Amino acid sequence: MTATATEPGRAGATRDDRVASRSLAARLLSRPEVGSLIGAIVIFLLFMAVAVPFRNIANVGTILYGASTIGIMAVPVGLLMIGGEFDLSAGVAATTSGLSASLIAWNLGLNVWVGVILALVVSVAVGAFNGWLLFKTGLPSFLVTLGTFFILQGVNLGVTRLLTGNVATADISDMDGFVSAQKVFGSEIALGPVTLKVTVLYWVVLTLIAAYVLLRTRVGNWIFAVGGDAAAARAVGVPVKATKIGLFMAVGFCAWLSGMHLLFQFNTVQSGEGVGKEFIFIIAAVIGGCLLTGGYGSVIGASIGALIFGMTQLGINYAGWNPDWFKTFLGVMLLLATVVNVYVKLKADRR
Amino acid sequence: MIRTSRISVVVTGTLAALVLAACSSSGGKQPAEASGAAKAGVADTPQMTIALITHAAPGDTFWDLVRKGAEAAAAKDNVDLQYQSDPDGANQANLVQSAIDKKVDGIAVTLAKPDAMKANVEKAVQGGIPVVALNGGIEDWKAMGISGYFGQDEKIAGEAAGERLKADGAKKALCVIQEQGHVGLEARCDGAKATFPDTEKIYVTGTDMPSVQAAITSKLQQDPSIDRVLALGAPFALTAVKSVKDASSSAKVVTFDTNKDLVTAIKNGEVEWAVDQQPYLQGYLAVDSLWLYKVNGNTIGGGQATLTGPAFIDKTNVANVEKFAANGTR
Repeated sequence: MTATATEPGRAGATRDDRVASRSLAARLLSRPEVGSLIGAIVIFLLFMAVAVPFRNIANVGTILYGASTIGIMAVPVGLLMIGGEFDLSAGVAATTSGLSASLIAWNLGLNVWVGVILALVVSVAVGAFNGWLLFKTGLPSFLVTLGTFFILQGVNLGVTRLLTGNVATADISDMDGFVSAQKVFGSEIALGPVTLKVTVLYWVVLTLIAAYVLLRTRVGNWIFAVGGDAAAARAVGVPVKATKIGLFMAVGFCAWLSGMHLLFQFNTVQSGEGVGKEFIFIIAAVIGGCLLTGGYGSVIGASIGALIFGMTQLGINYAGWNPDWFKTFLGVMLLLATVVNVYVKLKADRR
Repeated sequence: MIRTSRISVVVTGTLAALVLAACSSSGGKQPAEASGAAKAGVADTPQMTIALITHAAPGDTFWDLVRKGAEAAAAKDNVDLQYQSDPDGANQANLVQSAIDKKVDGIAVTLAKPDAMKANVEKAVQGGIPVVALNGGIEDWKAMGISGYFGQDEKIAGEAAGERLKADGAKKALCVIQEQGHVGLEARCDGAKATFPDTEKIYVTGTDMPSVQAAITSKLQQDPSIDRVLALGAPFALTAVKSVKDASSSAKVVTFDTNKDLVTAIKNGEVEWAVDQQPYLQGYLAVDSLWLYKVNGNTIGGGQATLTGPAFIDKTNVANVEKFAANGTR
């Protein structure tokens, strides 16, 4: 992105390296997501070698499902990070969404779809609230969304108990509209020997849309600009506030999508769920090449980060390693993927 | 004017029609479900304050039942019940300290992390506040000077589950632990392993259901010889049912602890059986025993633990439990 400054006088004699074309390989390797792609291939080959069930094509569906539930959120969280902000409430917001849909429909005896639509309103509003608060208070998004994270945790628990007397929502599988909503949010598609959950489809579609928006549209340029330097972006006329609030609302939308999956896959939602997932989304984005400081990254990379996470999580089970060490293996694998990522990027940049 | 009012009539009419059409013809909140626990008269003893301090993680359905039992006893005994919980040992100990500071009349406490709790619990006992333990800490409560214990021995419960697996003719069981490092859950799996040696453990992230489902599915795909999934909590058993289906495995699901949906699953045959430790009873007895101690100097258990489990709920006796489970008290 940034051209290196050279002495103006030198350009006449030798070719100006500002305009020199780099080799295709070098250009490819300097893409933010390539490091994570190579990391993913390394992890993939590793588990192919050590875990027999990992090689079974029918099990691909399980791995992709594990990756997709992370990926659906890692994509908007990655976008938000490129835009220079964090959302720590993303994991709990998904639970909030599932709870809202279920509680609204169950308490008022409404068609499940009414709950689904109102939950969308709630989720997007939570995102907009995060963005609004960010600009109103001028605090870092880390703090603002940490506040929302705790607020939502309490609301999830408090409202659920207030309305149902329990800490989980009631089973809504016997209500009108449940069957059709389950088709949309919790169904399966059989492709030959592989059974894919519908979340995999959402994950892929979201990634493609987000990648298109980021790389091929004006909004995408705005996202890079507000993440790189908000003041400079504002000076050249980028709508900083709208872009960032929009990004938070996109996270809200995806939280709704994963909340709906939670509800229609399991029929009930436990109000304490989702805590701790926000970091997994951020980690997936970072593995995928998003910088913690903003202004740089890729949504394809964030998706690959989710894939690495999914493969590692399930690969350890497939390999049958001692479960006591599960988290340790997970940590080592993630470090490995990230190190490969950084190494490839360094090599490419030097070329 | 006429035009706008006509529009508003149309809009209101459409909205009303939409709302009517949006109503679900089945399911939803039923008026009967509002009535909760058993109702009885209220004691005429002076009101006292009892703190119930547990290690419950927020949103765990099991603890709903403990709390409801405690609330039922509190309502009957004219007790002001103050429920608090924190899964972190040190934080839970602080809650005991704050109960001492408030000068409550009695403390009921879970001892899942006994070492962290010891100092403050002993402080309460020495300060003359009667303390009973429930649910966790069967090894440790006596040494702290506590007057009674209500719960099950997790190891014995695990052994009972293992015996049952053997009797059912199972070949290999997968014990699903939803919280790594939880002593009680480990004891259940270890107990099951003691009587049913071919038991393997797996750790899953209990706060993330999709990952629980994927993890169990992958384990079943990796090891097709597993023919029983032993879950350690009702929500996880219900998720395991989905995993078994995903993995096209023939494994059967069995579990510890129940809730309303699990009772239905036993009735439908999706879950074979559940080890019941009667959480409602634990909460109820803890509060009631403190009240008895205060008004009549009684203790329960004769210095021994009062066991509330294990008992098995399966297809043969699920009908007895079902109507209470529908009220959210079993």
